[in-house]
Amino acid sequence: MSRPSVRAVARRLGAGLVVLWVAATAAYLALLAAPGDTVDNIVGDGADTPQIRAEIIAEWGLERPAVVQYLDYLRRLGGGDLGRSYLLQRPVAEVIGEQLAPTLTLAVAAAGLGVLLALLIAVATAGDRRPWLRRVSSGTELLLVSTPPFLIGLLLLSVLSFRFGLFPVSGDRGIAALVLPAVTLALPIAGLLAQVLRDGIDKALDEPFVLTARARGVRERTVLVRHALRHALLPAVTLAGWLFGILLGGAVIVEQVFGRPGLGQVTLTAVTARDMPVVLAVVTLSAAVYVVVNTAADLAYLLVDPRLRRS
Amino acid sequence: MTVTVGPPLTETPTRVLADPSEPAVRRRSRPRPGLLAAEVYLILLVVAAVWPAALTPGDPLAADPLAVLSPPGPGHWFGTDHLGRDVLTRVVHGAGHSLTIGVAATALAVVGGVLLGLLAGLTHRVADEALSRTFDALSAFPMLLLALLFITIAGPGTASLIVAIGIATLPHHARVVRGQTLVVRGSGYVEQAITFGQSRPRLVLRHVLPNVVGPVPVLAVIGLGEAILAAAGLSFLGMGPQPPSPEWGAMLSEGRNYLQVAWWISILPGLAVTATVVSLTVVGRHWQARFDGRWR
Repeated sequence: MSRPSVRAVARRLGAGLVVLWVAATAAYLALLAAPGDTVDNIVGDGADTPQIRAEIIAEWGLERPAVVQYLDYLRRLGGGDLGRSYLLQRPVAEVIGEQLAPTLTLAVAAAGLGVLLALLIAVATAGDRRPWLRRVSSGTELLLVSTPPFLIGLLLLSVLSFRFGLFPVSGDRGIAALVLPAVTLALPIAGLLAQVLRDGIDKALDEPFVLTARARGVRERTVLVRHALRHALLPAVTLAGWLFGILLGGAVIVEQVFGRPGLGQVTLTAVTARDMPVVLAVVTLSAAVYVVVNTAADLAYLLVDPRLRRS
Repeated sequence: MTVTVGPPLTETPTRVLADPSEPAVRRRSRPRPGLLAAEVYLILLVVAAVWPAALTPGDPLAADPLAVLSPPGPGHWFGTDHLGRDVLTRVVHGAGHSLTIGVAATALAVVGGVLLGLLAGLTHRVADEALSRTFDALSAFPMLLLALLFITIAGPGTASLIVAIGIATLPHHARVVRGQTLVVRGSGYVEQAITFGQSRPRLVLRHVLPNVVGPVPVLAVIGLGEAILAAAGLSFLGMGPQPPSPEWGAMLSEGRNYLQVAWWISILPGLAVTATVVSLTVVGRHWQARFDGRWR
């Protein structure tokens, strides 16, 4: 790699690190801003004697200056230590680790389904071959993007589960129980992604290389998929970080609608019980993954598009 | 957006706003029933928010034990819930909650975003870098989770929702305004104003601000839809106005338990949310198409 490209990569990585640090610091400030005394929060409903309080202060190192505690927090965070849950009195990493699998399954299924749907819709409706189909699908996409995910979930439940009994109403057992939650989460993603992809394909169809391909006698479908879609995929990669945020935020709601266990339920319980370390860990982790995903997307861009290395 | 909720507008359009394949001139002459419907719905919504009794005379909290879970029909057009309360009355009265939260959160995000964006765009490079990285870091948090974090600290309720959603959407506006400020700052007319020796406050107020806020109203209308969507989601999770308040998201959450026997309790308030967001988007897109080009 040439020197400018090394510098461009280094700058992206550096920016990612800085954002991570700011996010972690914001989370720490939030912990400080939380109402009530930290010791009170840790004691919770347990026995409360001066001796126990002194032990807690010593064990958590609360007597040290705030700056030292902050640096210690950053050091532990860097090592993957997310702190201890006030409510459960267990390491947060453990609590989250146990509930990660169901949420991850849901998120992967939803992302796969959403992207697949978006690709199909975008390719089927791009260009000006079928204006009526295009109008129908733009309207549907607008509806999907504007509908709260819990409403989609409740509609699916009331029609497919209660009326026709096709899928279980709640729980986490088997593939059948995954279908409705995954569809619920996938539909808004598909709606938005399809709009972005189609826009990209439309733009690519106006490019000279499409004219060249058509002049060579390439079939229209091949022009769409092999030439135009490829160009449209690139800008869509930028949405990876955003997609991740939707998946996590959406999972909280979808898990609630369908009574599924997972990270969302852990988060909601923690929010209600004011279990700050757990809430903070979930929020910080999601920010970290967002930054990693986005930085990776940026780097992939640099790799694919030499023009960006120079700017 | 789920909660969908929204990505930063600068780099990731939440919605593809204008259809470039349609010429703007033709758009204006064609009758647009969809746009009209959206406008009528929004006007009704404002009436419902300001003076709900004008649309539904009943009391949204009045229970009727003799008419529990009755399906939609004459007398109760949207049916009744598990306490025999009229769902239509509650939906109409709920408009005030949703609009208040949405408008207040958007106002907070827009005002804060414009001020911070201007500051970042006009200040020294180091300060700009610090502000921009803070915007980046804030947008790294998924909006719903950031709002939940705030609610953990401040407790559930209407005010919490407003501040939480406002903070979560502020960075989008700040980034747009910062970018716009940088463009305006390098423009010929600002350079000329500096040459003429205009004072700094006058420069910012007379020349920079008016040219920076161009895209803001349209972003605000679309952001309002997102804020209402987010508010409904958070209320559904029990973080907003508490029952028996007729808030749309909270109604859905209450109605979820009766979904099998009475779909109307939860589905109809949900459709009110959808109709609101769709209408705001349609109107926002229309404005965008009409004013597009003025600030570019």
